[in-house]
Amino acid sequence: MLHKVELPYTRFLSPDGQLLGELPAWADDFNLLTRLYRQMVLTRLFDQKAVALQRTGRIGTYAPTLGQEAIGVAVGSVMHAEDVLIPYYRDTAVQLMRGVRMEEILLYWGGDERGSDFAEPAAAQDFPICVPIATQALHACGVASAFKIRGEHRVAVTTCGDGATSKGDFLEALNVAGAWQLPVVFVVNNNQWAISVPRRIQCGAPTLAQKAIGAGFHGEQVDGNDMLAVYDRVHVALDRARHGKGPVLLECLSYRLGDHTTADDATRYRSADEVKQAWLEEPVKRLQRFMVDQGVWDEGREQALISECQGLVQRAVDNFEAAGTQAPESIIDHVYAQWPASLAGQREELLERAARRTGDASHE
Amino acid sequence: MSNGKVTLLEAVNLALHRAMSEDENVIVLGEDVGVNGGVFRATQGLRDSFGFKRVIDSPLAETMLGGLVVGMAAQGLKPVVEIQFMGFIYAAMEHLVSHASRMRNRTRGRITCPMVMRTPMGAGIRAPEHHSESTEALFAHIPGLRVVIPSSPARAYGLLLAAIDDPDPVVFLEPTRLYRMNPQPLLDDGKRLPLDSCFTLREGSDITLISWGASVMETLQAATALAERGVSAEVIDVASIKPLDLDTMEASVRKTGRCVIVHEAPRSCGVGAEIAASLYERVLLELQAPIQRVTAPDIPPPLYRLESLYMPNVEDILQACDNVLHFA
Repeated sequence: MLHKVELPYTRFLSPDGQLLGELPAWADDFNLLTRLYRQMVLTRLFDQKAVALQRTGRIGTYAPTLGQEAIGVAVGSVMHAEDVLIPYYRDTAVQLMRGVRMEEILLYWGGDERGSDFAEPAAAQDFPICVPIATQALHACGVASAFKIRGEHRVAVTTCGDGATSKGDFLEALNVAGAWQLPVVFVVNNNQWAISVPRRIQCGAPTLAQKAIGAGFHGEQVDGNDMLAVYDRVHVALDRARHGKGPVLLECLSYRLGDHTTADDATRYRSADEVKQAWLEEPVKRLQRFMVDQGVWDEGREQALISECQGLVQRAVDNFEAAGTQAPESIIDHVYAQWPASLAGQREELLERAARRTGDASHE
Repeated sequence: MSNGKVTLLEAVNLALHRAMSEDENVIVLGEDVGVNGGVFRATQGLRDSFGFKRVIDSPLAETMLGGLVVGMAAQGLKPVVEIQFMGFIYAAMEHLVSHASRMRNRTRGRITCPMVMRTPMGAGIRAPEHHSESTEALFAHIPGLRVVIPSSPARAYGLLLAAIDDPDPVVFLEPTRLYRMNPQPLLDDGKRLPLDSCFTLREGSDITLISWGASVMETLQAATALAERGVSAEVIDVASIKPLDLDTMEASVRKTGRCVIVHEAPRSCGVGAEIAASLYERVLLELQAPIQRVTAPDIPPPLYRLESLYMPNVEDILQACDNVLHFA
């Protein structure tokens, strides 16, 4: 087969948490494993809460990250504070690791732009989540170009789903990343579904990672449900990019256990059997089994962790609900650095409209 | 440059040199802008003066350019990106509409996009297909963007410098028909001209002629012809297509009571429609005649044998002026 390209595929743990071969040395650090595990659990509990908040009308549409926690946690753990994340919309896990606050994520999906105004300094240059598919891959190349022009040892990390790899923006991004050997890492979360379109009819190439080969740089696959494998490969990829060895495309094989968004109903297009099978491979249980087998995790620690995380999530929900609504002028005052004097009349009209609707005469 | 006079094209080049020497964050990128100095030579000499890291020959991919500058600008660079012709800018449109123009608002000012997208526009140079459009209205409709069209060397120089300074994204459209026409004296002193402002090129009291881009030339010629007939025409170069300086236009039309708008773009939903509607809202009862528009018809720019039919000429403008001047 002419289009067959042999690329590395990495997996350390079997779906039931059994070690399949030798682990890299870093995996001896049980504190690190515990941190990774904790972050996956926190992400999952937060994600469940976000879906529940949508179901009860307290936030708008939300894109669940269920089943893909390992990828985001790996990316977030490996990135340096000075790196820049250019995420897509299913990236709650990475965003939390970058220091984006849970209440900010809730504000965003709850219809408030303050949710993309990250308070955490480490996330200050991170992009807000990107909704138009794959466009963020080009922004990442622009960020990486800035790093390269200034001679900085920083990495732009961008994420997307399998569907995004079909778009021209993604392919143009790979092309320029290869042409200029940019310090950018493309993390493709191949969760098998682009809303209702399965991976097998999304693209004729056997792997998505091999798209990097056509652009002249390294691509590889990793089991995206294996926390240890993703962490290892993300680490190598960022290291490589940081040291001027060019971009990397990392295709993480996972499964979207939830609906595309809360506005979607995945039972319309995929079988319960398939989803049931996918649950057997999910990342949280897998790492937990491994840690239990290693004797570094037990039921008591599990319960304490869940209780701690639930407390953090609840506090975030409280903060979110206490945030109130922005003032009417907020929707106009950030459009330009300074609202043009020639459009002053429109601003006045907006404030008058707001006053009429609230019955508040203070804007008159 | 001859006798201290520069063309509009040379003025663009001078402004780019000036901006790059004033601020090391200014970078120039695009297709053929480096070694070749751009297909029109607007970026000539920049590569030699500022090096390959700041004057970048890009792969041939306009969507990529549109996205790349968003990332660069977010990182504090001030990219000035050239799209080779306006007919090829549409591939970059999504990044203008969905990202560059919205990033500041989406992040409450945390991330901004100070960038300039330059591109040659307009018909009249016997160019191949897709090299003659005037689609400024598409960009003027996007909140968060500025759209600027210079119509003289001095305005090209001063407005491009101001556009590069501006903290928000600017689409800067350069009329190719004027690129090498009418060289004028220009002092390379770094002086900026104001954005968001019209330029009154000729004062008059009987009729207001409003135009922008290459059509300003014919509009000025029409004003001269009117003067010979004893009609005093005020000529306004809109220059800033978004946002529009309606106050200046309103004041002029209040004074003259008559108005003709001239643009090379097709009529329907053209910027002339926005100006006319705004003027009616403001000065309806002071108008002595309905506002007239002289534009291209709603057709694609024809191939060059008939392109002169597409562009308004002096006679067309005078005809519209006659209608307005002799209305009741």
